[in-house]
Amino acid sequence: MNNILSWIVWLPIAAAVILAFFPRNAVTAIKSLGLGASIVTFGLSFVVVQLFQDSVATFQFVESHTWIPQWGIRYALGVDGIAIWLVMLTTLLTPVVFLSSWNAIHKHPKEYVIAFLIMEAAMIGVFMATDILVFYVFFELTLLPMYLVIGVWGGANRIYAAIKFFLFTISGSLLMLLGIIYLAFLQYHDVGRPDFSIAHLYGLSIPMHTQAILFAAFALAFAIKVPLFPLHTWLPDAHVEAPTGGSIILAGVMLKMGTYGFLRFCLPLFPDATAKYAKLMIILAVIGVIYGALVSWVQPDMKKLVAYSSVSHLGFCVLGIFALNQTAIEGSILQMVNHGLSTGALFLLVGVIYERRHTRMLADYGGLAATMPLYATFFVITVLSSVGLPGLNGFVGEFLILAGSFKTHPTATIIAAAGVVLAAIYLLWLVQRVFFGPVTKEENRSVPEIAWNEVAAMVPLVVLMVWIGVHPNTFLRKMSPSVQKLMTTVQKGGQRGQVMVAGALTRRSAAPSPRGRGIWQRGPLPSGEGGRRPGEGR
Amino acid sequence: MTWNDVVFMLPEIILSIGASLLLIAPVIGWRLKEASAKWAILILLAITALSVVICSNVVEGLPQTVSYSAMFALDGFAIFFKLLFITAIAMIVLLSDDFLRESRYSAWEYYSLLGFALIGMMFMASGVHLASIYIGLELMSLSSYILTGFFKNEQKSTEAAMKYFVLGTVSSGILLYGISLIYGVTGSLNLLTIAKAMSTIITNDALMFGIMLLGAGLCFKIAAVPFHVWTPDVYEGAPTPIAAFLSTASKGAAVAIFARIFYVGLHDFQLDWSNILATISALSMILGNLAALTQDNVKRMLAYSSIGHAGYVLLGILSLNAMGLRGVLIYTLVYVFANLGIWATVLMLRRHEYAGERVDDFEGLHKRAPFWAFAMIIFLLSLGGIPPTAGFIGKYFLFAAAIQSGFGWLAIIAVLMSAVSMFFYFRIVVAMYLREGREAEVAITPALKLVAGVCLAVTLIFGILPAPLINQATESSSWVAARAAILTHAGR
Repeated sequence: MNNILSWIVWLPIAAAVILAFFPRNAVTAIKSLGLGASIVTFGLSFVVVQLFQDSVATFQFVESHTWIPQWGIRYALGVDGIAIWLVMLTTLLTPVVFLSSWNAIHKHPKEYVIAFLIMEAAMIGVFMATDILVFYVFFELTLLPMYLVIGVWGGANRIYAAIKFFLFTISGSLLMLLGIIYLAFLQYHDVGRPDFSIAHLYGLSIPMHTQAILFAAFALAFAIKVPLFPLHTWLPDAHVEAPTGGSIILAGVMLKMGTYGFLRFCLPLFPDATAKYAKLMIILAVIGVIYGALVSWVQPDMKKLVAYSSVSHLGFCVLGIFALNQTAIEGSILQMVNHGLSTGALFLLVGVIYERRHTRMLADYGGLAATMPLYATFFVITVLSSVGLPGLNGFVGEFLILAGSFKTHPTATIIAAAGVVLAAIYLLWLVQRVFFGPVTKEENRSVPEIAWNEVAAMVPLVVLMVWIGVHPNTFLRKMSPSVQKLMTTVQKGGQRGQVMVAGALTRRSAAPSPRGRGIWQRGPLPSGEGGRRPGEGR
Repeated sequence: MTWNDVVFMLPEIILSIGASLLLIAPVIGWRLKEASAKWAILILLAITALSVVICSNVVEGLPQTVSYSAMFALDGFAIFFKLLFITAIAMIVLLSDDFLRESRYSAWEYYSLLGFALIGMMFMASGVHLASIYIGLELMSLSSYILTGFFKNEQKSTEAAMKYFVLGTVSSGILLYGISLIYGVTGSLNLLTIAKAMSTIITNDALMFGIMLLGAGLCFKIAAVPFHVWTPDVYEGAPTPIAAFLSTASKGAAVAIFARIFYVGLHDFQLDWSNILATISALSMILGNLAALTQDNVKRMLAYSSIGHAGYVLLGILSLNAMGLRGVLIYTLVYVFANLGIWATVLMLRRHEYAGERVDDFEGLHKRAPFWAFAMIIFLLSLGGIPPTAGFIGKYFLFAAAIQSGFGWLAIIAVLMSAVSMFFYFRIVVAMYLREGREAEVAITPALKLVAGVCLAVTLIFGILPAPLINQATESSSWVAARAAILTHAGR
């Protein structure tokens, strides 16, 4: 049990390697092995949640082995309260994908299962890595499988969408690599040996202008991944073209790699730059909330509607992160999980109906509640969860985010709250047009009801939606020590920045703080001295 | 010449005798057994590699580090590159086998020319004197001119050889002129003496001009912008295995002398040439990668991408620090293996004259040969520098070196161009995996499988466990790094 995290990461990869040797036509065996491996992975991650100590803020279940000694890179894994639920979300959604696509994938089922298993391992690795280069390697490793999933199993325009997805993400992440290298150099100058451990990097004190550059390099990579407003254009294409399973993972987990990156790297590593650019990020997030909602409103295509609603919902998460207080960040993490559950479920349900009718146009439906009552029930619950109905998960996350960010950014919060109303409009309108009213098309009278595998995939998601809605503390209490620690790191950095500013001020006002005195004694006369008596300077 | 001197050059001596024997073999009467030519050269290469290892061990025990009046060194740097070149040539022999059998030309001559080219490359790896470097370079170049036009009845091949020959000799002339100017100012051709002389020279126009000409000649050999125009035409026209040779081994040799000349001989002039090289590097990366975007011919695409890679490798040379030097070694190795793997896959598609040359020819490869299609993805990712392939390790070193020496802007261009390069590399992936309909016809021979398999193993193993490679590169570059470091301290 010492290296249970490694088991979680490598079990899917081991299953993928074994699958590579399976004969192509043993379809049921391949699917069963994929499903089995992902369920065992889920079981292991459940064990981790059970053994997780709520009161510990630092990384738990830590593993660390030498990987590239010359650079001080270690294969280091660990989970804290921020990562653990995202790991859990990943391990939950992968079996859901396998279940939901049990009968939907006819083309290359073997490669499909392998791609999802590798993707699962890489995503878990992203959330578990405690060495920044290991994080980067896993971050890049998620790309290729998703590219192939969109490109091979996608819709008509899949090649364009796959390439767009790949190029957007890789441009951002390559610039982040430069940031990582630069960070490693800073650390090298600080401690005298190369060190990529995230926990050690938190101790760096970086001058403001450097922070700004590094913040830009990291934030760009994550903003593309989230995606934040002007960089979101790859998302609708990718979602519309991706197969159902790809959409579930893309929206459910992969977008969270961006928000997680903000929490793990941007905030604690560059607190001054975060404080400075938080406003910009919040403005972009709020634009995303409103823009995503408005575009969703007018979509005739169900999948595109859900895709743009992701832009809107992820905007809330970013708003919560950059509100920079505990409530909002906790809400944001919870909202990441919520979005994974409800949007994953929405994509799944859209996929279900697409399988049966081969159209996603809203206009082609109407009155489905009569023909598919069980399906309609699931859909309505999911939509209500996404809208933020009290008693379901979406409400808790959005409430915490808005309550937290109202303290720091009231205007932005009020505007963003309009997004909640808009979400209710476009999602309920979707429900109304698809499920209620008279059956307008003959084809819709005989649509088969949701099948056993799809029900099996939906049930855990619905259970969790209710659970989070009714008793969010199960989830919040594990994350709050880590968030608290994150907040102290951010504030310490912020104070450090304030001390620098204060130091400059005291020099001018000649009432030195202890730190200011140090500067007085050590260095030559500061330039501020001349400013005090301008007449004599000339 | 003493016995010690012989030890230094024993591998080259063995290879020279062997290559000459290959040339006269048909005259003696072995013409009937064309197939044995391959085995003859492979055995010869094995003996040469073995002698390199043995001689390097003997040389380690000797008091002298250079021989032949300080013209020839058998240091870690030389050994690293020599073994790399021998491996690369062995793989090119394997790639050529099938190709030659279908043609009517003598395999003996072909392999003997490859052998002579290898001697030149080994001289280049060992040269610490501009004369020995130039002789090695010329031997390699002349052999490759002939090899480019080896299929003399094919118009494309002859045209490519003619272009390559004319431009190549002009660039050799420029290089030689640069060398003569440097000799005129510093009074020596030995790199160490040149370095010593340079440390006392503040500024000298003739020397500056000489270094510029030398740099231009070298940039031609590694195909850096603006001396790159020959590359696409020559790669396209040359027989595919020779294109593989030109883009891997031949280019690697040019990189080796580039690094040695600039690290050992000219580092005191760093301020003057680093910015020029930075411009050349930036232009190569931008132009090479952007021009590759529109190519439909895989050979031309790889040619333009190799121009881009010349730009990357220049990052390691111009940054002039230990990180950069190691980066040059690692990147060259990684690039050679990834590229050879790609060429092997291209050859697998070959059924008639020019098949496998268009991107479309890759369509549906993953249905016919799923494993090799996967291997191709790994090679392309390695060229793009994406983990967990070895290319990532190489790019990491080069980017880190550039950042360390203050060329952050160049590193940003480099990563942006890496993203661009992924676009055209992935056109092949799109063709292999995403396009429906056709199934690529393949002719996978055991030799091609061996080459691609070795390249795949190297690319993946060094990507996942890079520690041994980094150690080796550190050790191999220590001689050159030490010379550069010592003289930096002595000179300033």
